[in-house]
Formats: sequence, structure tokens, C-alpha cells
Amino acid sequence: MSPPFFIITMLFPLIFLAAFSGALSPLFYVEGFSYSQGYTAFVYGFIILQAAAFGGIFTGYSTARDFDIGFASRLFLATPRRAPIIAGYVGVAVIRSLIAAMVLTVAVLVGGMKSRAGFTQDALLVAMIVVVAMIASLWACGVAMRIRATRGGPLMYTPILVVLFSTPVYVPSNLLRGWLGTVIHWNPMTYMVEGARSLLAGADHAVGRGLGYGAVLLALALVWALLGVRQAERSTW
Amino acid sequence: MAFAVRRRPSPPAQFRDLTLRAIRSTAHGGDAIALPIVFPLLIFAINIEALESILLVSGFPTGHVADFAVALTFLQGALFSGIACASRMASDIESGFIKRIALAPVSMPVVLGARFSSVALVGVLQGVCYLGASLVGGATVAAGLGGVFVIVGLAILFNVTFASVGILLAVRTRSGEAVQSLFPVFFVFIMLSSALMPRNLIEAGWFRDVAKSNAVTYMLEAIRSLFIRGWNAQALELGAGLAVGILCLTALLSLRGMRRLMVTP
Repeated sequence: MSPPFFIITMLFPLIFLAAFSGALSPLFYVEGFSYSQGYTAFVYGFIILQAAAFGGIFTGYSTARDFDIGFASRLFLATPRRAPIIAGYVGVAVIRSLIAAMVLTVAVLVGGMKSRAGFTQDALLVAMIVVVAMIASLWACGVAMRIRATRGGPLMYTPILVVLFSTPVYVPSNLLRGWLGTVIHWNPMTYMVEGARSLLAGADHAVGRGLGYGAVLLALALVWALLGVRQAERSTW
Repeated sequence: MAFAVRRRPSPPAQFRDLTLRAIRSTAHGGDAIALPIVFPLLIFAINIEALESILLVSGFPTGHVADFAVALTFLQGALFSGIACASRMASDIESGFIKRIALAPVSMPVVLGARFSSVALVGVLQGVCYLGASLVGGATVAAGLGGVFVIVGLAILFNVTFASVGILLAVRTRSGEAVQSLFPVFFVFIMLSSALMPRNLIEAGWFRDVAKSNAVTYMLEAIRSLFIRGWNAQALELGAGLAVGILCLTALLSLRGMRRLMVTP
């Protein structure tokens, strides 16, 4: 694992957590904002999934760098089957994301975050983190396989960040109006974020829906990545 | 026997040619123009909807989220374009262009100035785009037409400041990857400021203290003051003054580093 990417994977979520919980906590007292576990837990539910996504995105960067330095061509020589190549990158993304999630969780618990999540809720939260990390890494790897250079970085993270920020990030969905208030209901990631927040409150509202949509996105991202590998292989030879 | 006399190009001609080169390399890269404009605008569009509840916070200084949120857009754009400019400088150092150009009668201030000019031009483009987007989003410039010019001027200044810090790192490390790693560092400074909430409304004491000692806070407040309050000399002096100070210090250190590049292998 590349140390700079590993550090960034952990640093970004911590910065966002500090910025959102530190600066935006007055939003918790706005009329209509209801969440039993406090504002820090509210933003943590988003940030933990964002951390998972960053783990996936930076794996895409690593993949692109492998093409830049010529390692990827040698990797294609090493194995006749292509799915294990993708599986390796995704595995790294999941490990990165889980470590970042662990660091983030320790930080918020030390900071006094309240959580009613029991063992089952924790397991479901971990499942959500793994699913998001896999989706993001498959997307980013697919981009890396097609562009085969680190200049494809913006195409890796921009769609993911737009999807993430088009969820109820700062306030619950009942306080969102306008076009964003409509988009969040069409955005599958909204249910994963709401599911994560629900798990922290000891409930399981939207969890099934979130994981269901996550499974669909995972399947689509897998097809995207595998087609990307095929394209990369053709261009390599 | 007549010899053709090769005249040394005048500094303005050197500056013109190097600036055109810098602009061309900027124009060819999506990361130098499209990304610094598109990505901050996307985040701005989301934030003016997502942060609408912030208007209900007691004491919030304006009735339009766009007035408040647009300042973050300017700083994000400056971050992206500054890093892109510094990356190109790092490429010039890695490829040996800087050492080759030292053989020519070109002074290092001209080389640096050319890079600053290209990022300043991007700053003009960004300033116009962000202003346009903010007006569409419901913002008003309380400082009027004069304020519009100052806003674009601040956009240029902040772009050049971020680029100058990045170029200093490029000169010291001679590595494009090290410059790219600056992105999270700058991002920390941007997020741990008054980007999302006015300083006086931040509840967390530690965060308020961090924001107070962060130069980016004053840059944000300089731009914001032109939208919300009109002409606020203190905010403008602080924001612009800090940016100019950082720019001068980093530019001087960069020039020293570039001269040292000439004599080291």
C-alpha cells in the first residue's frame, strides 16, 4: 500500500469529520432536525461511508500508477485470468477502508460520540463500509483500466463525490428542499447513509434498502471494471 | 566578413514567450482549467441547497446561502489551479527544462512570473464563472460593480498565492508527486476555517480557535464581505494582506531555490 495514499485515506475523513462536527453543530438545533445521537454521530454516519469511498478511489490511483510505471503490463503476463487482478485491487481497497474506518471510529468515540449500535448493527455497518469500498474501487479501477494513466484521477473521484454529496450530508432529508430534495430520493447512496445513521441509533431503518441498492451498484460496478480490464488487455498487446 | 549578431531578447519578450508557453501547457491539461472551474461549481450547486437550513441558525449574517457559500468556491478553485500550476513547474524541473533555460539569458524571476501569469489568467476565468454562478444562485454583491472587480482581483491573488506555495515545494522536492501530496494539506487549511459557518456562530471552542489562527479564514472572509457587507476595509486588508505576505515569502524562497537548482546536479 502506498504510504501517501494510505495516509490520505485516513486523513480526509478525519478532516471532514472535524470540519462538519466542529463548524456545523448549530444545525442540530434547527427546527425539524431530529436525531437522537447528536450531530457528531449524524455526520459520522456519512463520513464513515465517505472514508470507504476514498479507500476505493485511491486504489484506482494505485491502479493507474501501475500502468504509468509499466507494472500493469507485466501483471497481465503473470496471470491468464483477469478477474483475480481486479479482486486484488478491490481487496486492497477494502483493507484500506476498514483501517480508515477503525481510526475514524476510535477518534469519534474518544471525542465522546454517542452510539446505541449493538453487535448486529456494528456488523451491518461494517458490511456497508465493505460494499461502498468495493463499489468505489471497482468504479475507479474501471476508469484506470480505460485511461491507463494517473491523469484519469478526476474522472475517478468526481462522480463518486457528486453522488456522495447528493445525499443528506449536513441535515436530515426532511429539511432538504429544491432539486436536491428530489435528487436524494433517487440516489441509492441516500439509503446507505440513512441506514448507517439508523444503525448508530440502534435501529435498522433503510438498512435493507441501502444494502439492496448497494448490491445492485456493486454488480454494475463489477461489470464496468471487468469490461475495463478487457479493454486494457487489448491495448496492452 | 559580416556576422549575424544574436541579440538577447528583452525581459518583456522573454516574459511574453514563457507566459505563452505556460498558458499553452495549462490549456492542454484538463486538470488546469476544467477541473478548477467545474468541480468547485458542482460543490457550490450542492451546498446552496444542502446548507439552506443554515439560514435558520440565529445570527446568520445573510438571507441567501449563495452569498456565504461562494467564498469556499473561490478558495477551492484557487487550490485546484494552484496545485495544477505547481505540478507543471515540477514537470519542468524533472524534465530538465529549468536547467536548460538557465543556459539561455533568461532570468529566474521571469520564469516564475510567467507561471504566475498563467495561473492568474485562470483566476480571471474562475472569478467570472464563480461570480456568474453565485448570481444565478441568488447571491448579490453588496459592494456593487467595484466589488465585482475586487472579487476577481482576489481570485487572481489567491490563485497565485496557492501556486506560489506549490512551486516552492516543487523547487525544494523536484517532484510532481510531492506537489500532488500538497492537496490534502491545503484541504485541511480550507476545511478547518470559517468555510462552512461564520466564526462567531461556531459552537466548538477548539474549532473557533483553529479557524481564528488560519490564514484561509481571512481570505474567505475578505471575499464574503464583498457579497454580504459591502466595503469592509479590515476584512479586505486582512485577507489580501495575508495572501500577499504568503506570496512574497514563498516567491522569494522559490527564486532562491531555483538559483540553487542551477548549481546542483
